[in-house]
Amino acid sequence: MALLQISEPGMSAAPHQHKLAVGIDLGTTNSLVATVRSAMSTVLQDNHGHALLPSVVRYAPDGSIVVGHEAQAQQSADPINTIVSVKRFMGRGINDIADRAHIPYKFVSNSEAQTAKTLQIETRAGLKSPVEISAEVLKVLKTRAEKSLGGELVGAVITVPAYFDDAQRQATKDAARLAGLNVLRLLNEPTAAAVAYGLDNASEGNFVIYDLGGGTFDVSILHLSKGVFEVLSTNGDSALGGDDFDHRIYCWVLDKVRESNKQLTPLTEGDTRLLLTKARQAKEWLTDNFEAQIVCRLSNGILVDVTLTADQFVEITQHLVTKTLAPTRKAMRDANLDVEDIQGVVMVGGATRMPHIRHAVEDYFRQEPLTNLDPDKVVALGAAIQANVLAGNKSDDDLLLLDVTPLSLGLETMGGLVEKVIHRNSTLPIARAQEFTTYKDGQTAMSIHVVQGERELVSDCRSLAQFVLRGIPPMAAGAARIRVTFTVDADGLLSVSAREQSTGVEAHIEVKPSYGLTEDEITNMLKASFSSAEADKKARMLAEARVNAGAIISSVTAALAADGDLISEAEQNAIKAEVDRLQTIAAADDATAINQAVDALNHATEAFAAARMNASVSHALSGKAINSLEM
Amino acid sequence: MAITLTPTAASRVEKFLANRGKGIGLRLGVKTTGCSGMAYTLEFVDEMQPEDIAFENHGIKIIVDPKSLVYIDGTELDFTKEGLNEGFKFNNPNVKDECGCGESFTV
Repeated sequence: MALLQISEPGMSAAPHQHKLAVGIDLGTTNSLVATVRSAMSTVLQDNHGHALLPSVVRYAPDGSIVVGHEAQAQQSADPINTIVSVKRFMGRGINDIADRAHIPYKFVSNSEAQTAKTLQIETRAGLKSPVEISAEVLKVLKTRAEKSLGGELVGAVITVPAYFDDAQRQATKDAARLAGLNVLRLLNEPTAAAVAYGLDNASEGNFVIYDLGGGTFDVSILHLSKGVFEVLSTNGDSALGGDDFDHRIYCWVLDKVRESNKQLTPLTEGDTRLLLTKARQAKEWLTDNFEAQIVCRLSNGILVDVTLTADQFVEITQHLVTKTLAPTRKAMRDANLDVEDIQGVVMVGGATRMPHIRHAVEDYFRQEPLTNLDPDKVVALGAAIQANVLAGNKSDDDLLLLDVTPLSLGLETMGGLVEKVIHRNSTLPIARAQEFTTYKDGQTAMSIHVVQGERELVSDCRSLAQFVLRGIPPMAAGAARIRVTFTVDADGLLSVSAREQSTGVEAHIEVKPSYGLTEDEITNMLKASFSSAEADKKARMLAEARVNAGAIISSVTAALAADGDLISEAEQNAIKAEVDRLQTIAAADDATAINQAVDALNHATEAFAAARMNASVSHALSGKAINSLEM
Repeated sequence: MAITLTPTAASRVEKFLANRGKGIGLRLGVKTTGCSGMAYTLEFVDEMQPEDIAFENHGIKIIVDPKSLVYIDGTELDFTKEGLNEGFKFNNPNVKDECGCGESFTV
C-alpha cells in the first residue's frame, strides 16, 4: 500500500505520478538530503538514524565502494584509497591544487594542457575523477531518498558554494547525472539557507549568510528583489572552521599537562585522535554549559584530567572568531553596503552553535542572527523547498494572483467516459500529460476528443474540440503509448497535443476553453456534478463494465476466427453462445450482470485458451533439434 | 457514517498544519483516474467550498466533497511507517479491489 502525503490544495498528484523531489547539500565534509513532505521540509535519515553522510568514499580491497561513516572510520588506515573532501577538487586542474604536498592522494592529470580541469586520483580501483567520487556520495543519498519516499525521484536541487565557477558547477551536474539524478537546478548554498528561513517571502532586502563549517568559512551577501536572490559578494577562508577550535582546545590541554609537570613523551597517533575527540566533545558541551571536564588516559599511562570553563574557551579561541570578521567586512565592502542595510543574518554550519560566535556576529551586525533551524541542515532544507516548487508540487506563489481553470479539462476514453487531465481550479499556466493506449489490435489512428466539465460521462460535459492522431504503427491492443499533453497558457489558451512515443508521430490542436461559457453556465455545470454524484458513480461502473465486456468479446471473436479449428464445433458454438449472451447483457444497464457474464465467458474459454497455448508452443518447437533451443 | 482519523494520524495532521502556518483542515477525496479506477487525494484546505461536507475528529476538521464521499464514506485515515518511508493510509471499507500499489482502487 502506497503511503500518501498531504498536498497543497489542488495539487494532488495522479497515482504513480508523485513528483518526488529532493534537495541535496553536497558538502565538503558532510552531505545531506532533504524533502518536503506534507508541506514540511525534513532531512531524511538513514537506517541508523544518521542525517549527515560524511562525504568520504573508500575504494575497498574487495572491489566494493564504501561511502559515509564506514569509509571515514578507515581513513587513517587506508588514506590513499579513502577520498575525503573531494569537493575541493571538483572542476579543478592539477595546478589548481595549492597544497598538493599535504594531500595523500596520487593525482594524475590526463591532459597535457596546463589549464585542463580534469585531474584524476589514482586508487586501487583505478583512476577516479572527482566527478565519479562525488557521484558515489550522491548515489547513496539518492537510494536513501527513494527508500524514504517510496518511489523514483523526478529530480533534485543540488547546492554549490556561491563562488563555484562554471567548471565546478558543470562538474557537480555531471556527478549528479552519473548518479542517475535529474538536476532540476543548482542552487547557491547561501540562497538555499535564505530560502529555508523563508526570506524569499520578503519583498526585498539584503541578507548575510555566515557559514562556518568543519573546515571552511564562507560569508555571502545576498540581495533579494521580486523573489530573486542575487549574490552581491562572497568572501571567506578555505582553511578556517570548527576543527580549528578543536585544535585550540587540544593545544590548551597539552599545555595544562605540561604545566602539571607530567612527562609528555611523544604522542602516538591514537593519543592525538583521542584528545581531538575529547576536545570536540568539550566544545559541543560548552555550547550549553559553563564548564567542561576533559578526562582521558594516554597510551603512556598519564591521566589527563582538566576542566575548561566557557570563559577560558572564549579566551583561547577569540582570535579565530575575529578571523571570520575580516572576510565579513571585506564582503560588506565589496557589496557596498553598511551594517544598517542588512535585513537579516543567517547562521549556517555546525560551528555557529558556539555562543561566542553568535555574539560576535550579533555585535558586528547589531541584530540577532537567525538560528532557530539546525545550522547543519539549513542548506539542505532550503534546497528541498526549492526542489518542491520546481517539481511542480506547489502553486508557484501564493502572493501572485494567478488565474485558474474554471472547469476540469479532459478527454473522452472508451465507453464515453471522461478522463480528466487538468482539474478545475488549477493555477495557470499549467501543463499536464497523461499516457493512453490503443483499444484494438492493429489500431493505427486515435480520435482525441477534448471536453470540459466535472461529470463522468462525455455526454454530460461540453465538447471543445476533436482531432485525430494517425500513423500509429500497428501493434497489439494496449502496446502503443500515446502521450497526450494539455497545456493552458497564462492567457487561458488550451492546446492539446498527442504523440505516439515509439514513432514520434504527433497531432496538435488549439482551443480556447472558456469561450462561449458564461459564469452561470459554469456554476450550473458544477452544481449538476454534485447533485448527480451517485448517478455518475453508477454510470461510470456501467461504462467500465461495458468497456471490459467489449474488449473480451473482440479478443475472443478474433481468437475464434484464427484458431477456431483447434476445438470441436460444439465447443466453438458454446463459446459463441456465451459471446452472444454477453453482447445482449452488455446492451442492458446492469453492471453486475455484465461483470458476471464476462466471468462466464472467461470460464467458457478456458479450454480453448489452453489449446491455443499448446498449439503455439508446439508450433515454436516443431522441426527443431533439442539443442538448438535456447532455454 | 463519517470519516475518522487514528490518533497518530490526527497528531501528524496537527503538526503539519501548524508548520504550514495556515489551513483550516484536511481534505480527503478521490480522483477518477489511475490504473484501477479511482485514486485518493489528500490535501490541505485553505477555503471550504459551499458544497463541502465537514467532519471533526480528534480536533481535526476533515473536509470531503459530496462527489468523493460516496466512494470513501466510513474511511479511517491512518499514519504509518514502512521502513524508511512514512505517510498516510486510507482504510476504506468501500474498496473491492486495489491495484498492486494501492494507489488506486475500485468500488
